[in-house]
Amino acid sequence: MFYLEFERPILEIEKEIAELKRIAKDNLEVWGEIRELEERAVKLREKIYLNLNRYQKVQIARHPDRPHTMDYISSVFSDFVEIHGDRSFGDDPSIVCGFATVESYKIVFVGEEKGRSTQDKIFRNFGMPHPEGYRKAIRVIKLADKFGLPVVTFVDTPGAYPGIGAEERGQAQAIAESIKTMLQIAVPVIVVIIGEGGSGGALAIAVGNRIIAMEHAIYSVISPEGCASILWRDSTRSKDAAEALKLTAQDLFEFGIIDEIIPEPLGGAHRAPDVASRYLKEYLVKNLRLYENFDRKKVKDERHSKFRKFGVVIE
Amino acid sequence: MLFKKKKELEPPKREIPEGLFVKCTNCGEMLYKAVLEKNFLVCPKCNYHFRANVEVYKALLLDDGGFSETIASQLESDDPLDFPEYKAKLKQAQASTGLREAAIAGVGTIGGLEVVLFLTDFRFLGGSMGSVYGEIFFRACETARDRNLPLISVTSSGGGARMHEGIFSLMQMVKTTMGVEILNERGLPFISVVCDPTMGGVMASFASLGDLNIAEPGALLGFAGPRVIEQTIKQTLPPGFQRSEFLMQKGFLDMVVPRREMKDTLIKLLDYLGVKHGRS
Ligand SMILES: [Zn+2]
Repeated sequence: MFYLEFERPILEIEKEIAELKRIAKDNLEVWGEIRELEERAVKLREKIYLNLNRYQKVQIARHPDRPHTMDYISSVFSDFVEIHGDRSFGDDPSIVCGFATVESYKIVFVGEEKGRSTQDKIFRNFGMPHPEGYRKAIRVIKLADKFGLPVVTFVDTPGAYPGIGAEERGQAQAIAESIKTMLQIAVPVIVVIIGEGGSGGALAIAVGNRIIAMEHAIYSVISPEGCASILWRDSTRSKDAAEALKLTAQDLFEFGIIDEIIPEPLGGAHRAPDVASRYLKEYLVKNLRLYENFDRKKVKDERHSKFRKFGVVIE
Repeated sequence: MLFKKKKELEPPKREIPEGLFVKCTNCGEMLYKAVLEKNFLVCPKCNYHFRANVEVYKALLLDDGGFSETIASQLESDDPLDFPEYKAKLKQAQASTGLREAAIAGVGTIGGLEVVLFLTDFRFLGGSMGSVYGEIFFRACETARDRNLPLISVTSSGGGARMHEGIFSLMQMVKTTMGVEILNERGLPFISVVCDPTMGGVMASFASLGDLNIAEPGALLGFAGPRVIEQTIKQTLPPGFQRSEFLMQKGFLDMVVPRREMKDTLIKLLDYLGVKHGRS
């Protein structure tokens, strides 16, 4: 398990407990000490995790052990069938598409995947899609529309990839087309921000009838690092930038951008991935239930009215 | 990812400095400023396109040099995030440009053809897209629908979505795309004219979705800023990368049209797209 800087005190106490357990055998006095430490650990975890500042939330959203799309595909869905390629340039492993089943619901799935091992991260390009990734998403979203299947997307990306090939192949155009396609389809779209919602690269697959976020997810127009370097010419002021950007699931809920927050186990989904999966599944099913026997025109109109309202202007 | 440092968005060469004369940074020619302005900020010697503002485009494109009516011009930005320095920056931008926001829209005629024209101004916070910008674009689309008019947008938006309004700015990418969809549903033309620079969330939404996408020569166009790309790939970008000519070569622009020919080109295209005189 990887510990973040602010989690150090928890690591210390957990280490101490483990060490005592190793030597305790049937020494009742030591076991008493262990119990005491465990109580302290619970309080400490609560103290730390229930008072996270925004940048600490960013760190949890990006935590290396946090469950990713592929983890949830195996724990939340059954009968997943992957669909590859954009039928034009290639297959982008940063975006995973396919058919999936959750309880009685058959859906079309689109999700961003950051990768786990070093090799896998490189293969997934750290979850930063190229245009062909968005074009693959567009293709399967149209497929869902044609066959009347709800679309479920999982958002987890630092952003669309900023590279030469990505620009040459029209990153901007691919994102614009993806947004347009998501507006055009007449099936329900459930968006779940499971980790990092990085700007346009996230939005491209996040035009939903329902937009829900996990408790420690973030969603922002720009990364705190990028914001800090523009605002203060100092990327180390990410903490201040995260505060300014108001990018946590809780902020977004307050702004009315997201509809619901999926609770996570204390300390984040990576602390108890099975619990996190269970919550995610529960919320997903709950939201899919809202659209049983949906009316094609109604779901499209609902999506449009939702996004029509986003924005704050003085009239 | 949508944002780039101001420094790279604003290469000093594009700006018109104070004084009677301007040195063209492309060819070095000393240009009498009044002459340059009369030429819509295009160097008469080498055809270099200086960055232009909404006033220049109004004069360039509209028959009467202005709108017959404006759209949603009363809208003003709020500060929904209580973002550091945002209010002051807005005030400063308003004072220095005389504009209320980075975007304006109105109805006017181009070669006698009535159109809805949407313009953005780089001088106003880099022409970035916040809630008001998105709302004006959307209402411009609604006006085009209600009056059965084509829409032409001319963008110069370096920063893409405006950081200071956070997630609300990002959502304007969807709102503006919805605007384009209104026109598509009615079969009304939408021509996107992209000028230096059009990047990030603006390029990744409505500006890429024209029935026709047209660029001025040499404009910086793309998703990620050149500096962000260089930092990511740790190498220098080739000359001409993300410029209009590059984009056309890669297949993402229909044409590159010099500023002085823009109006005639638009009139011709609107005619092909079935726009008739006195349609409204
Ligand atoms: Zn010149």
